[in-house]
Amino acid sequence: MIDGPLVEVHDLTKDYEEGDNVARVLKGVQLEVARGELVALLGPSGSGKSTLLNILGTLMRPTAGSVRILGQSLVGADDFVLTEFRNRHIGFVFQAHLLLPDFTALENVMFPAAARHGRERREDRARGSELLDRVGLSDRRDYLASQLSGGQKQRVAVARSLMNAPELVLADEPTGNLDRESADRVMQLLTEINTSDGTGFLISTHDEKIAARCRRQIYMVDGKIAHDSR
Amino acid sequence: MLYSIKIATRYLTATRGQSLLLVLGVAVGVYVFVFMSALIGGLAVLLIDRTVGSIAHVIVEPADRNPALLKEAPGTLLAVLKSSQQRPTLQSAEAYLPILETAPHVSVVVGKLLGNGFMVKGEAVAPVQITGLESKDISAIADIDASLVAGSSELMLGTAVIGSGLAESLGIGIGQSLVIRSERDVEQSITIGGIFQLGLAAVDNAAVYLNIRAARVLLDLPEGLSRYEIKLDDLQQARVVADDLRARTGLKATAWQDQNAQLLEGLTAQARSGDLIKGFALVTIIIGVASALLLSTYRRQSEIGIMRAMGASRGFVVTVFVIQGALVGLAGGLLGAGLGYLSLLPFPPPELTSGGGLPVDYRQGAYGAAIALTLAGAIAAALWPAYAASRIDPVKAIGP
Repeated sequence: MIDGPLVEVHDLTKDYEEGDNVARVLKGVQLEVARGELVALLGPSGSGKSTLLNILGTLMRPTAGSVRILGQSLVGADDFVLTEFRNRHIGFVFQAHLLLPDFTALENVMFPAAARHGRERREDRARGSELLDRVGLSDRRDYLASQLSGGQKQRVAVARSLMNAPELVLADEPTGNLDRESADRVMQLLTEINTSDGTGFLISTHDEKIAARCRRQIYMVDGKIAHDSR
Repeated sequence: MLYSIKIATRYLTATRGQSLLLVLGVAVGVYVFVFMSALIGGLAVLLIDRTVGSIAHVIVEPADRNPALLKEAPGTLLAVLKSSQQRPTLQSAEAYLPILETAPHVSVVVGKLLGNGFMVKGEAVAPVQITGLESKDISAIADIDASLVAGSSELMLGTAVIGSGLAESLGIGIGQSLVIRSERDVEQSITIGGIFQLGLAAVDNAAVYLNIRAARVLLDLPEGLSRYEIKLDDLQQARVVADDLRARTGLKATAWQDQNAQLLEGLTAQARSGDLIKGFALVTIIIGVASALLLSTYRRQSEIGIMRAMGASRGFVVTVFVIQGALVGLAGGLLGAGLGYLSLLPFPPPELTSGGGLPVDYRQGAYGAAIALTLAGAIAAALWPAYAASRIDPVKAIGP
């Protein structure tokens, strides 16, 4: 990887086709995120926040425009390259935590590393335990995901997103399903990690209080960036 | 691979009841496969034992003498006439014996004199097939000793061992004397020494076994033999052995398959029917595994989406589902084959059954083939669901 911005997006558009109708969800987005930035992505429902995160997370392909993450152009890359890139450099935290219910907290955290190496290595187990300790769940490491509370599940999801030490974590409404106390705790965790590890965060949220804890706020309206606090 | 096995195992154990039912379903299919193999194989053993077991596996006779090739002139008709007075015999038969006895797979060689004649008892006359052979060889081809219903099988100069149907038609029993007249109009007075019942009407109703020296006089064949009859240690080698003996002796050698084409046809048709049923059992297994795994991919769509989002490759997802299929196939295969073996074990081998019982042969359960085919079938059945799982769009699967 070369030095440079963490994320560079130019003229990004995304169309959804439904029968003869074409809905343009992203309309020429321009965006640059520096390494280690903590960015909040705000905007009403349908403004294109989740679509932008999905494209940055290599889960979705844009209709037009360019996307470079860590200097690597990802438009046109095949599924294998995108999957490997995602595994190595991008972490995800979803609103609905999305843990594997039949696996323990530790197994969920280790998943990105185990999928990469084809087995659960001793060092991955140690790092997974360390991450669970960091999110305050070391006593829940052997609990099945289905046995954890909502806030605990989200903290496990945060730990999982950090397993492969990614440069970028994409969090789509990470506190949307949590009560205020749990939401504050998760947000505090993300800011701590950002500060201590230099991990870049792009956090989509409706919550102004959550957004206020980020150093940069980007407002999206109707598929475009309407305001950038930078 | 190790991690794929762990996830596949976890998925199967997470839904224990469903997985158990799936494995049981596969096991039932494998059980049918094993049972059909044992039944079809057992029937073949029984039929072969009951028929081929009483006949020669290879018969060596004098070669047919072809008339000299004559050119048929225009306006003429060539006819080949066969003398009824000349009987094909193996002259210098002793010379062939070492070749026959040392040929591969040959276990028994019996020289026989054959002819036709009549048995006369008062007013009753019955056509008979006369077989002259050494007394020690009487049970070498058909087990006459085991089939005796009266008397003894020992062939002395003045005694005969005859079939039960013939004895009945003439109304004679052990120790009674009667006259036998050969096709050469030679008559002898003989005493019935033994009566047997092989269960083959053609033999039981007409066969008369005589000491070979008595038969030589009766059939007017002072030297030579009509033919050699051979038994093999592996009757499936009969055609190979016949070809070999034909080449080495110049005589006519015929395998049992060529003399029992209908039996062979029946066995082949029976084996094909069995293969068809086994094929259906396999198809059932494949459909069962495929449908169960396909349901699993739908139920676990969001989890597959999560794995893909976390950087699991399509190949990884395929491997997880294929391994699930393989584990189900292996478990079902081992269970079905094991249950099949245990349930077939109490049945005695068909050749030892006295009749009336189910002729299943536990030795022919094809357990290894059943397990291997089930494993391969289950893996093949898993490919489609695995492919479908790998194509799941993570964004759609995990949803908003």
